[in-house]
Amino acid sequence: MSLTTLMQHFLTGISLGGAYALIAIGYTMVYGILRLINFAHGDIFMMAGYFMIFAMSSLPWEISIPIVIAATILLGFAIERTAYAPLRTAPRMSVMISAIGVSYLLQNLATYLFSALPRPYPEIPFLKRIFQIGSVSASLVTFLTPVVAILLVWGLTQLINHTKVGMAMRAVSKDFETSKLMGIKINTVISVTFVIGSALAAVGSILYFTDRMSVNPFSGTLPGLKCFVAAVLGGIGSVPGAMVGGFVIGMFETALVAAGESTFSDAFTFALLIVMLLFRPTGLFGEKTTDKV
Amino acid sequence: MKKTRNLILSLITAALLVYGLTVLEAHRFQQGMLYSVMQKSAILAIAAVSMNLLNGFTGLFSLGQAGFMALGAYTTAILTIPTGKITGVYYMDGISSGIIAFKTFLDGAPGWLQTAYPFLALIAGGLVAAGFAALIGMPILRLKSDYLAIATLGFSEIVRAVIASPELNTVTNGSYGLKSIPKLGSIVTTFLIAAACISTIVLLIKSSYGRAFKAIREDEIAAEAMGINLMKHKNLAFVISSFFTAIAGGMLAMFMQSIDSSTFKISMTYDILLIVVIGGIGSVTGSVLSAFLVTAAKEWWLRFFDTPLTIGTFQVPLLRTGFRMVVFSVLLMVVVLFYRRGLMGTNEFSWDFFWKKRGAAATGGVGRDK
Repeated sequence: MSLTTLMQHFLTGISLGGAYALIAIGYTMVYGILRLINFAHGDIFMMAGYFMIFAMSSLPWEISIPIVIAATILLGFAIERTAYAPLRTAPRMSVMISAIGVSYLLQNLATYLFSALPRPYPEIPFLKRIFQIGSVSASLVTFLTPVVAILLVWGLTQLINHTKVGMAMRAVSKDFETSKLMGIKINTVISVTFVIGSALAAVGSILYFTDRMSVNPFSGTLPGLKCFVAAVLGGIGSVPGAMVGGFVIGMFETALVAAGESTFSDAFTFALLIVMLLFRPTGLFGEKTTDKV
Repeated sequence: MKKTRNLILSLITAALLVYGLTVLEAHRFQQGMLYSVMQKSAILAIAAVSMNLLNGFTGLFSLGQAGFMALGAYTTAILTIPTGKITGVYYMDGISSGIIAFKTFLDGAPGWLQTAYPFLALIAGGLVAAGFAALIGMPILRLKSDYLAIATLGFSEIVRAVIASPELNTVTNGSYGLKSIPKLGSIVTTFLIAAACISTIVLLIKSSYGRAFKAIREDEIAAEAMGINLMKHKNLAFVISSFFTAIAGGMLAMFMQSIDSSTFKISMTYDILLIVVIGGIGSVTGSVLSAFLVTAAKEWWLRFFDTPLTIGTFQVPLLRTGFRMVVFSVLLMVVVLFYRRGLMGTNEFSWDFFWKKRGAAATGGVGRDK
């Protein structure tokens, strides 16, 4: 393999990893606070893809992007309020089933509204511009994705570590009950978490689908699961961890596809998850937890 | 007295059911929809009850059902495709010589073995899945609730990817899928197998193992303190559940006659989960009842949601392809959010229920002790 192809694959991998990182953050934040695998997150990401198709059909991209982000935030917020908030005191299995139910609903709704056939994703001209560095060429989105991911993660860590809302988030994820007693408005904090997660999923969706060119009702399932794996890999609850996990999964996947083993690239992700859970269940950056009676 | 009465009632119901099924078997061409819905429901009932054994009775939230069904379905299918048709099925890459040798050996086997063979193939599928479950159970059952869910989900996806991989083309026919799988006798056979599987699970739940499972569900640490070997019992539940799930998978393969790896996507697991949730997590009769209700509603009664309807000049809105599944998902959400107990909660059906009501009325409303 020549250096050029290697660089090309590296760029593809890091770009995919950036998109994964943005989605993984949504998982890791929700899990950190609610101890819930938000199975619907992958489908929120898929819906953001459809929102973009509809926004771009009549509006220029400069206006479409904020609209898509706003619509996705609204969707995430609505899901949290209707499907998760009523189950705050329910057993964890019920909440998880509710999450699976939302995912099922969103997929079926998308199939009903937009049909199961893949829809072409609109092209954003400036993202598609081809750049040439030496002998390696790639579109702008490939270079932009990791940069956007890293910038957003940096911003998010600032928010979590240096603002009042961030402090509340950290408190809630440490101890739900106590932070309630301290006067933290739990529901607001949870809503903020979903808003941030959905916004990042919308950005991730724009970057991911611009490279993939089409959206179908099930195109959120597998990326969603992989990003959850990425979140576990980085240590669930940790935002920088989710970013690192996203990049690792994206790079490995691209490497396997490049090696001609594309059928096993999905299987590999899950095998990685199982191995990770066995040897280091808290992930690369996770905190140790202890069992209490 | 009560026991005899219940036994007689159960026997009468069973006899009526068998009679009804025989009649249905005779009229299967006129009643095609009822026939296939009943058969599919019985198969899904096995899968739902085995999922319930794990999720409802042992408290292990596993989402690997589709993977184990795929293992069972592929094993059964490969073992039962007739020798004459097998080269036609594997037309792309040819077939592994081991399978051919086994098939030729089998054609020379005595008659009784040939008769029992489809059932042995089902059991073989179950054993393969049970073997895998034992293998992966050791490590992954140490994981806590949601991690277990995602790990089993991952396992199920790995199984699917491996089955579809080109490397296994001569065994599983890769992504082309298998067809010409022979049907399994009459509908009565399907129901008998389902009854046998479900009653085995019920007996297990009622045994001391079942009580240990429930103890683990309620509180792992307390159960361990009571002297229950956690790993042993979790493994046992996982292996047994996978065994019966795979039998359901094998029967599904025989029912559908052609399968491919996309049959066993995650949505298959979700469909079974939907049945379990609607029936009531922790109720065997709930799962069985809901397997029939959900399948009939989905495949038959609610079909009209998918076809546009015009009354006079009025076009009824919303009705078009896909609406049925939207209704179904909304229904699932309503059950999850407002009727978390499902149809049966954790109760089981019993004949006493009909009698007790009357008895309670006679003694002035006292007596519903449960």
